[in-house]
Amino acid sequence: MLFQAIVFLPLIGFLIAGLFGRAIGHKASELVTSTLVVIAALLSWVAFFQIGYGETALVQIEILRWITSGTLDVSWSLRIDTLTVVMLVVVNSVSALVHIYSIGYMHHDPHRSRFFAYLSFFTFAMLSLVTADNLLQMFFGWEGVGVASYLLIGFWYQKPSANAAAMKAFVVNRVGDFGFILGIFGVFVMFDTINLSTIFANAPAVVGVLAHGAEAAATAHGPEVLNFLGYHLDAQSAITVVCLLLFVGAMGKSAQFLLHTWLPDAMEGPTPVSALIHAATMVTAGVFMVARMSPLFELSTTALTVVTIFGATTAFFAATVGLVQNDIKRVIAYSTCSQLGYMFVALGVGAYSVGIFHLFTHAFFKALLFLCAGSVIHAVSDEQDMRRMGGLRKHIPYTYWTMMIGTLALTGVGIPLTYIGFAGFISKDAVIEAAFAGHNPAAQYAFWMTVVAAGLTSFYSWRLTFMTFHGKPRAPVDVMKHVHESPMVMLVPLFLLSVGAIASGMVFKPQFIGDAYDAFWKGALFTGPDNHILHAIHDVPKWVKVSPFVMMAGGFIVAWYFYIRSPETPKRLAAEQEGLYKFLLNKWYIDELYDWIFVRPAMWIGRMLWKKGDGVVIDGCGPDGVAARVQNVTTWVVRLQTGYLYHYAFAMLIGVAALVTWSMFTGVSTGGGAH
Amino acid sequence: MIDWPILTTTTFLPLAGVLAILLVPGEDEGAKRNIRMVALVTTLFTFVLSLFIWGAFDYANPGLQLVETQEWLGGNIGYKMGIDGISMLFVILTTFLMPFCILASWESVQKRVKEYMIAFLVLETLMIGVFCAQDLVLFYVFFEASLLPMFLIIGVWGGKRRVYASYKFFLYTLLGSVLMLIAIMTMYWSAGTTDITALAKYPFASDVQTWLWLAFFASFAVKMPMWPVHTWLPDAHVEAPTAGSVLLAAILLKMGGYGFLRFSVPMFPEASEMFAPMVFTLSIIAIIYTSLVALVQEDIKKLIAYSSVAHMGYVTMGIFTMTEQGIQGALFQMLSHGIVSGALFLCVGVIYDRMHTRDIAAYGGLVNRMPFYAVAFLIFTMANVGLPGTSGFVGEFLTLMGAFEVNTWVALFAATGVILSAAYALFLYRRVVFGALDKESLKSITDLSLREQVILVPLIILTILFGFYPAPILDVTQGSVDALITNYQAAIEAAGHTVQAGAPAVAH
Repeated sequence: MLFQAIVFLPLIGFLIAGLFGRAIGHKASELVTSTLVVIAALLSWVAFFQIGYGETALVQIEILRWITSGTLDVSWSLRIDTLTVVMLVVVNSVSALVHIYSIGYMHHDPHRSRFFAYLSFFTFAMLSLVTADNLLQMFFGWEGVGVASYLLIGFWYQKPSANAAAMKAFVVNRVGDFGFILGIFGVFVMFDTINLSTIFANAPAVVGVLAHGAEAAATAHGPEVLNFLGYHLDAQSAITVVCLLLFVGAMGKSAQFLLHTWLPDAMEGPTPVSALIHAATMVTAGVFMVARMSPLFELSTTALTVVTIFGATTAFFAATVGLVQNDIKRVIAYSTCSQLGYMFVALGVGAYSVGIFHLFTHAFFKALLFLCAGSVIHAVSDEQDMRRMGGLRKHIPYTYWTMMIGTLALTGVGIPLTYIGFAGFISKDAVIEAAFAGHNPAAQYAFWMTVVAAGLTSFYSWRLTFMTFHGKPRAPVDVMKHVHESPMVMLVPLFLLSVGAIASGMVFKPQFIGDAYDAFWKGALFTGPDNHILHAIHDVPKWVKVSPFVMMAGGFIVAWYFYIRSPETPKRLAAEQEGLYKFLLNKWYIDELYDWIFVRPAMWIGRMLWKKGDGVVIDGCGPDGVAARVQNVTTWVVRLQTGYLYHYAFAMLIGVAALVTWSMFTGVSTGGGAH
Repeated sequence: MIDWPILTTTTFLPLAGVLAILLVPGEDEGAKRNIRMVALVTTLFTFVLSLFIWGAFDYANPGLQLVETQEWLGGNIGYKMGIDGISMLFVILTTFLMPFCILASWESVQKRVKEYMIAFLVLETLMIGVFCAQDLVLFYVFFEASLLPMFLIIGVWGGKRRVYASYKFFLYTLLGSVLMLIAIMTMYWSAGTTDITALAKYPFASDVQTWLWLAFFASFAVKMPMWPVHTWLPDAHVEAPTAGSVLLAAILLKMGGYGFLRFSVPMFPEASEMFAPMVFTLSIIAIIYTSLVALVQEDIKKLIAYSSVAHMGYVTMGIFTMTEQGIQGALFQMLSHGIVSGALFLCVGVIYDRMHTRDIAAYGGLVNRMPFYAVAFLIFTMANVGLPGTSGFVGEFLTLMGAFEVNTWVALFAATGVILSAAYALFLYRRVVFGALDKESLKSITDLSLREQVILVPLIILTILFGFYPAPILDVTQGSVDALITNYQAAIEAAGHTVQAGAPAVAH
């Protein structure tokens, strides 16, 4: 019952607040949903230690039949292994803290019970995603979190920008889902099932890699197992195609380069939503999915290389855009995007546990950063532009110090060549080392990209801190007068997340990526016999281990120089390098590009097909054309309207009857003749 | 077991209601209320009665059940009724939706109430008849006659351009039915029977199959409607009264898909195999083309009508994959679309009754004053988008899966509908429901009345129930779909053997 409770308590909370929110009032809705999620979070930690530190490797619980058709047989069922419990802890802990924080943050909102209902619904959908025992249930959770995200981004439905952002998020995610669903079909054609256990059990045999060794499989051309777009694919290529399709889904949900455009816009939603959905949990679903499907990805170097390339590119691209943004939430959003890229790099080089480890630590410090940003926004009367902040350090000290912890964790502060440091130091540096140690063709590219991005990360993080908290206040005087520290209900979640941001890296390193790896994961992540990446991480040269620290320090110094020492420098630089500055400020013009090549043409084609296709061509040749040729049709139709309609209808019935009768009699004679 | 003719009783029970309505005297308000009550009670009774059909349904029997035969029109053309896993749920869907249609017309129809209700009850009889008839001629009579009440409903109780719309509707469908009639006669001449079960076993020659298939196709494609013979549907929907739109989208369109499964595939398997690529092409075009057109619509009903065409594209695609998933998915999609599109048209009716306009631009920010409406509309919009957890997903997923097994290109193109449907549906929702409420005319708009809640809540429940637990539908269709595919494959194989056996013979 433990696992069912973890998954369904938030659902119960959603139903209570959603259906009866009006009847029981805001206070009760907040209380019910928050309490249930807090219980779920505590139970998740129990489950975490039970599975992660216990003997049981896998628990499967079937709940209800779902879709049965032919050989397709899918149920609603829970799959609990170490990977699941890690996600349960992340999702429920952050969700519980965000619920509590929102009690303070949404204090004045007239639709609070709706807000809490959505939060709980999101939590449930996310839990059903991470506990999925088959690809279809994962897809259910996948789309479910998409809807929750849609509803929460558009929570303030009176803002047109929020509505646009909500819709954009859903539609862009659907582009990813398009790939995901095709990937599911591919899996079904290959394995005749979409249940994870069976897929995992059969994957090595289908490819035959393990039997023949990697070289043999690469040269030998096996029998066709999948015909994709006219290409006759053997098992090896089929696995690659399936993995790439699934990865398209992951790219959409985890906002990877080219499908990232929705994430910054999603900041239109209330800040607790950004912390929960667009930083800690939903956007990591893609990372989770690739890790979950590691038994497939591990069999295709090509797919992993592509994952690495996209991850590395995203890590770099998003960091560059983050350098120049002025909206405090957008900076953190691009940072999230960039960090997700790091996770994919780790997955791409086969270090799945490193990717998940970074997901785990990132959830704490990124949720912390967002909630701190929310506390700042709360303090300065809903201002989000950092150019109108500054000098807030003394006014909101708790927020300042917790945000400092978050920043230290994100930038990866620690003592080089030891395992002592903030969460990001342990996990992010492991990603960079894994990239260096990786063998796939894109690994070196990924290493350099992530190292450079580490410097950029440090710069934009410190830039954010300095612009917000240091220097002279740039906010209007009346705003500054009202600056106040947040209430305890908002601060306590910050403190708890700070603990995670400081310690989660050091405490859990042995289990996730260290000596206790095997005992902890118990096969929940699959690594092939040739995959020794975790050992290789230890053996990377010292300069590699030190490089992220150097970059981090460099970023800090530049940020300090630009925003504390000489605030005129960045302005001058922006003016000198106007082209580059605009390019970054406008996010590489990708939104404009998409508008130009997708949105406008779709509308234009739609209008053409409607007016010209339906109107001129089809109707013109069809009914209207006929009508024009029959001159008296109009008068005939008008007469129908004046009472002759019934006569006509009756005549038609008689006509049909007459035809039938005629056919019957002629038919009988012919039919008889045939005998 | 039921030992009385339940199918015939269910089919013709609405006509008893018609008689009762004819007996209601007077023209005043009281008479109108009585007429509505009679219609409602009749449809409710019919629904309850139809549940007995489901109760008596034998899941283990893939063939015809509850068969009733009667001499009719001389020996060879019989009155034969029966249901199987393919048709049974359409009967239930029809009887289930009828009370909602009557309720939806409760206040909005004030003109010629008596005739209106009679038209609906007659239409119900004819629709049930279509799905129960197991004789080709009987089917044809029901199938064609169902045109008339709908023609009247649009033409008499429709909107401003009702004449044009009803005429267009009529012209299109008439074209199809003339060809079908010729095909029916041809079949009768060669097979000597119009019994559907017997015809399904009769081996029509390959070239004959081709022509017969095309003739039936003409009729069913118009009904579905498939691209490019779909242009009657948006006009018909726009002009039809709400309840008319509901039945049009929910039931009448499904007659096309049902026809493919009942006639085209089992009777002309070789032709079906031959034409499958064409059907795929038309389906894909329908999905992409009409989705793009839906994106730019300015009329709410037209948008939903175009989205119906796109959704029917999945159905035709699924049927002709000839895979278990494809056909079951197509059936599920039809039933789900019956509920969801019906509900969407009811939702449009709700605001049309208040504002008397279907212009998207005339709305905006409804959520401010109509929160319950916003929730209901959102759920149906999401079901229309095919969100997992709603009934709309299951059919879409299964048909796409079937398509992927047969041809990945088809699946790839059809799956773009996943993106496009989200775009047009959410764009509509955003413009109508979200935003600030600053239009003066909307400032006093009221939320769902009790009557409207009674209409929409059951549909919400079913939409979600079948999304999470589609087994009640899939279990019913399983046996008959299995049998359909087995027979189809046997026929194709047999045809293949004849060709192979024939080739050397020619060579000699």
